[in-house]
Amino acid sequence: MRIIFKTNYMQDIRPWKDGYQFSLYLILLAAVAAAPWWLDDFYLGELTNVLIWAIAGLGLMILTGHTGQASLGHAAFLAVGCYANVILIETGVPFLIAFPLAGLLTGIVGATVAIPALRLHGIYLAIFTLALSVLMDDIIVLAEPITGGVSGKYLGGVEIFGHLVDRWATPGPFFWLVLAVAVIVTLGYINLLRAPLGRSFIAVRDSEVSAQAMGVDIARTKAISFALSCAVTGLAGALMGMFAGAFNNETFSVVISIQLLMMIVIGGLGSIHGAFLGAIVIGFLPQFLSISKEYAAALFGGSTVAIPGLEFGIFGMILIAFILFEPMGLYGRWLKIRTWFELFPFYRKDMFKRQKSYLKTERLR
Amino acid sequence: MDNAQLLISGLANGCVYGLIALGFVLIYKATEAVNFAQGDFMMLGAFVTIGLTNTEYMGLPFWLALPISLGIMGGLGYLVDRLIIRRLFGESQTAVVILTIALGFVIRFAAGLIWGHEPQTLQNPLAGKEIRFGGLVLGLEDIAVIVVTVLLTWGLYVFFSKTKLGLAMQGASQNQLAAYYMGIPVKRVQGFIWALAGVVAGIAGILFAAKGSVDPTTGLLGIKAFAAAVIGGFGSLPGALAGGLIVGVIEPFASRYIAAGYSQIAPYALLLAVLIFRPHGLFSQVRVKKV
Repeated sequence: MRIIFKTNYMQDIRPWKDGYQFSLYLILLAAVAAAPWWLDDFYLGELTNVLIWAIAGLGLMILTGHTGQASLGHAAFLAVGCYANVILIETGVPFLIAFPLAGLLTGIVGATVAIPALRLHGIYLAIFTLALSVLMDDIIVLAEPITGGVSGKYLGGVEIFGHLVDRWATPGPFFWLVLAVAVIVTLGYINLLRAPLGRSFIAVRDSEVSAQAMGVDIARTKAISFALSCAVTGLAGALMGMFAGAFNNETFSVVISIQLLMMIVIGGLGSIHGAFLGAIVIGFLPQFLSISKEYAAALFGGSTVAIPGLEFGIFGMILIAFILFEPMGLYGRWLKIRTWFELFPFYRKDMFKRQKSYLKTERLR
Repeated sequence: MDNAQLLISGLANGCVYGLIALGFVLIYKATEAVNFAQGDFMMLGAFVTIGLTNTEYMGLPFWLALPISLGIMGGLGYLVDRLIIRRLFGESQTAVVILTIALGFVIRFAAGLIWGHEPQTLQNPLAGKEIRFGGLVLGLEDIAVIVVTVLLTWGLYVFFSKTKLGLAMQGASQNQLAAYYMGIPVKRVQGFIWALAGVVAGIAGILFAAKGSVDPTTGLLGIKAFAAAVIGGFGSLPGALAGGLIVGVIEPFASRYIAAGYSQIAPYALLLAVLIFRPHGLFSQVRVKKV
């Protein structure tokens, strides 16, 4: 067990605890950045996909994990980011400008949506965003002159400083692009959580009434949270569009929204690690299922015919298991295991027990 | 005359939305949580009845299969509460929301596995019969749907406002801890309400399957029922029915009079408009939260 002696108040808000932790993350980053050399193209593509989902997860985590506003409609913002990016590139804007601009535009859209959504709480907000996600499908079809409607749009590679970056032709550079975005967003996120703004997000999540009493402007905080969350999600959407190559109104369906929310719940709400862990589960579950089905077929002689809906059925069961037995998600489980080893043999079962809250209605009748 | 025809079919559709919304409201009234799987419950109710009645499955007589399938749905609702929801007692509502969405995925998967993904219709004694009423053609199923829904809503309304158990349920939702102190068996009440919601979903499923065909994705209809429940304000049973009727009637008129492409937006646009301008529904019951 390591004991950290704090000699300076700045140590409390430093992004890493000590040099040991910092070097661990550097090694991890170096290992991942070297992936194009030690992974074949298929798994590199899968890893890229996981990173893109993780960026989207980070976006939703700002809103749901740290501000406590459950959104079932983030696929709509993925779509906005994706279409904005492609349309800007088509009009001749270079990628390095179009990409951040797509994020910015999505953030503005998010802030606009947030204004009516500010008055909604809990389930009403969830339903509002769900309806938004359903509507986005129809809006894309209706806005056919801009979006290409049902036939969709296509985006090949983009050029960055004269180098071609394309999912199929140059998977390595595309992977590095996604990794760079993921690292930048993560660093920004870590810094956000150290800043007063991030702290006020958490205050709003834990209790709106007490946050207000402490002088936090709730409406403003929520609106900023919405905007930041949507901007990051928009960036992820732009990358998702480049990863998919071709996309139309059905690419960003309600199911994607729900999947995104479930992903961060499995990973662990309210932690940056959670977005990445959840993305790993989401990204590798289909592969894992098809591999294990082949094994099962080899063992029991069954058929390997695809069972429709299997993926979502299994996914739902995993999620139910998590909510029942590990509400803090994969990251929470990891924290418990780590604490067990660090404190051995003094770990107690109830160390992470949460306080129960009993229900009181806001209705009058 | 054309419009009257549209109105009747809209009302019948609206009653099904209203019935699903009724399920939302029931659970919301008693536990202050929303069951996002209610639409999938309805789909399951339809398939259970089809499995019992249709000749290619068990082939039981319709009127015998009816109580059995409602019993199964009630039992299922109770089991969901007993095995899953009750463990979340004292956790946040968001956990329940996400859990019921996951439950919906599992139900859809199970129904697809058992009954396949082809659309199926319930074989029932009312099918195909119709009443002609001065130029209007009314399907007997449509009339049955409307009558059953109105009776059910009225019955549940009386149950909640007049009987001891109904009042206990309202008490349990308004303040769980205080209800405990007053001697209300909160957990048992919660189990009962989930069973009741299961039965209501079963009725909705049977009526829906009698009118048209169901397949495992039918449960996504629940999103439209959200519109109904939100318009009604989530806490009011007659409000849910009214909301369902509004959504149901708007749909056929929108597709008749508004350009294609815009018409299917109508229910959702209405939902967003209500949420923006009347965040707690047209029949609001909420005031500012106090500490």
